[in-house]
Amino acid sequence: MTGRRTAYTNVRLLDPASGLDARGALLTEGDAIAELGPRLFAGGMPSGIDEVVDGHGLALAPGLIDMHASLREPGFEHQETIATAARAAAAGGVTTIVATPDTDPAIDNVALVEFVARRARETAAVRILPMGCTTTGRDGERMTEMGLMAEAGAVAFTDGDRPVADALVMRRALSYATAFDLLIVQHVEEPSLVRDGAMNEGEVAMRLGLPGMPAAAETIMVERDLRLVALTGGRWHAASLSTAAAIDAVRQAKRSGLSISCGAAPHNFALNDGDVGEYRTFAKVRPPLRGEADRQAVVAGIADGTIDVIASRHAPRDAESKRLPFVQAAFGAVALETMLPLALGLWQAGNVPLLRVLETMTAGPARILKLPQGRLAAGAPADLILVDLEAPWRVDERRLRSKSKNTPYEGRLVQGRVERTVVAGRTVYDRTAEETRHA
Amino acid sequence: MTSPLPGRFGHKHLLGIEGLSPDEITLLLNTADACVEQNRRVDKKQSHLRGLTQINLFFEDSTRTRTSFELAGKRLGADVINMSVQHSSIKKGETLLDTAMTLNAMSPDVLVVRHPNSGAVQLLAQKVTGAVINAGDGSHEHPTQALLDALTIRRRKGRLQGLLVAICGDFLHSRVARSNIYLLNAMGARVRLIAPPTLLPREAERLGVEVFHDMRRGLAGCDIVMMLRLQQERMQGAFLPSTREYFHFYGLDAEKLALAHPEAFIMHPGPMNRGVEIDSEVADDIHRSLIAEQVEMGVAVRMACLEILTGRLRNDTGAR
Repeated sequence: MTGRRTAYTNVRLLDPASGLDARGALLTEGDAIAELGPRLFAGGMPSGIDEVVDGHGLALAPGLIDMHASLREPGFEHQETIATAARAAAAGGVTTIVATPDTDPAIDNVALVEFVARRARETAAVRILPMGCTTTGRDGERMTEMGLMAEAGAVAFTDGDRPVADALVMRRALSYATAFDLLIVQHVEEPSLVRDGAMNEGEVAMRLGLPGMPAAAETIMVERDLRLVALTGGRWHAASLSTAAAIDAVRQAKRSGLSISCGAAPHNFALNDGDVGEYRTFAKVRPPLRGEADRQAVVAGIADGTIDVIASRHAPRDAESKRLPFVQAAFGAVALETMLPLALGLWQAGNVPLLRVLETMTAGPARILKLPQGRLAAGAPADLILVDLEAPWRVDERRLRSKSKNTPYEGRLVQGRVERTVVAGRTVYDRTAEETRHA
Repeated sequence: MTSPLPGRFGHKHLLGIEGLSPDEITLLLNTADACVEQNRRVDKKQSHLRGLTQINLFFEDSTRTRTSFELAGKRLGADVINMSVQHSSIKKGETLLDTAMTLNAMSPDVLVVRHPNSGAVQLLAQKVTGAVINAGDGSHEHPTQALLDALTIRRRKGRLQGLLVAICGDFLHSRVARSNIYLLNAMGARVRLIAPPTLLPREAERLGVEVFHDMRRGLAGCDIVMMLRLQQERMQGAFLPSTREYFHFYGLDAEKLALAHPEAFIMHPGPMNRGVEIDSEVADDIHRSLIAEQVEMGVAVRMACLEILTGRLRNDTGAR
């Protein structure tokens, strides 16, 4: 079986799964990686190559897997669609989106999983992997048909940004999921402690007169769930951790051998609650922007591997739901196009090694979700990104491809730019070509 | 008293006390002092604001604050319009900013706005061309209340610098407390906050105040005792066990007041819950209570804010 053969030459190969960081080349054939290495094509370009992409020394890495993005279709197509999210993803270097089921209707049965899969096939330039709901209609009470949804393609189960609050429901979901080795993803927040909270509880909230979301709400839910994981043997993933105490709790629990993992959202290491400033609703996100000590704990957790995954928590919201008094405004920020440069910022600042940064968005989520992509290896899917690791650019909401423009990073100077994104051997984004077209 | 110079107030709107300089606060208070004299004459009417339109836009019920602003505008000769936007408009789907833009099209020179959400008045101010006065936003700020409190204190004590002021009650939800803390700190007074921990988190110390959960200790030696209004819905077991228990430990009565400075004054932003946060005996003590005076100062302070924000200062302000 042969397909179109594309050679990527003169690149810096970066593969977190194998630890490879070397100059070299890579060959794709059809939708898979055929060969790669420092000495590939050392003896000259063989015949039968359809296209040669000269990387000019840029980094070639596995395409990113974003483990937590809200795509808004079906139900909120005025905010985002699978197609617009996929375009944003491609420009941001994300080749696989793991979509949350917080749509309307919520993705809580086989037909809806199939709907998302079909819309993705028809409209999306990148891979879309749906998550199913843990409970029906995200009501926190009745378990969904997780087994059947998994057969239909759901890769994990979550109620999105609603935690499964009832301990017994969570216990049973974790327990039932073990029969099929399914992953339960939890938004870790004890809702009764948060109620109408609008931002991190602390000095800033006190000055602004806003109801707070205490850090302890996250720790309590993490610690409760860890007990339930121990009780059931379930596979559990915390969608995003934002507090030092919760990260510590996971760090300890990992030593005891539980099947647990966790993520962090870029906004929780790139911003702190001071960025709410004078009621900036674009800084109203979940988990909330925390204090500086917690932000630093997230960075440390990424560096030492306690945090397995950086996931965008992409949450498109239209202007109308953000141009409101802070307590009334919607939570969420668009994040697909800014995840990579913000994550690379951890490396540029000297806080996290480059391969470790990339691992959290490639091999890390691939391991947890048992996906074949997310690595540079012969036979692996040809999902690739060509990245200028140093190139600076300024975030400009008018240039975001997401349908919604709710970015908290407007005007921020970031470093690291995607030059080309390849999904299954096909180029789905080429910056130079796009900019020529728009010029 | 230093003579205020026009143009020293460096803000288009009055959204909060935080961010005002001591000089700006002094300018507002000195101007208000002049208004007090005007208001005590038989003919109270002036015409500095003639031809200007003032809209009082209230998204939350308030009789006294709205009346006070209305009177202030009318005494200065402005055309004053009151608009109560209760839940009906919000239910119709009109957002705060829609309302702001509709009103802005009517070219008001001053918008006085109260809203139940913190930050809502700031948001609205970004969208209008006239000057905006915050008449209370959620639990954030109520700057004219702090100014009228300061004016009341200054007229009685002759100064703010060095005074010891106790603010007692629901700090957590109080815009009055926040504005007063910023103002009193800026003017060199010392502030103590007194309340049970559910209404007064420890982090309040970061505002530069002393926190007390024991009212008796907190009141010791205070020159001014400011009581805050406690909302009924917060007393039914959510933040506090009961009205009775609250009054026992945190209600101001003659016995607790005796622990303050012998010449201490009592203040309350109103409306009072008698028997909940304050006992009638002390509230009505004409030698100690400044509560009626606060209402009088309220009109003067609001006149001063209107004059300064519209740039139409009276001529005699500086001479006083």
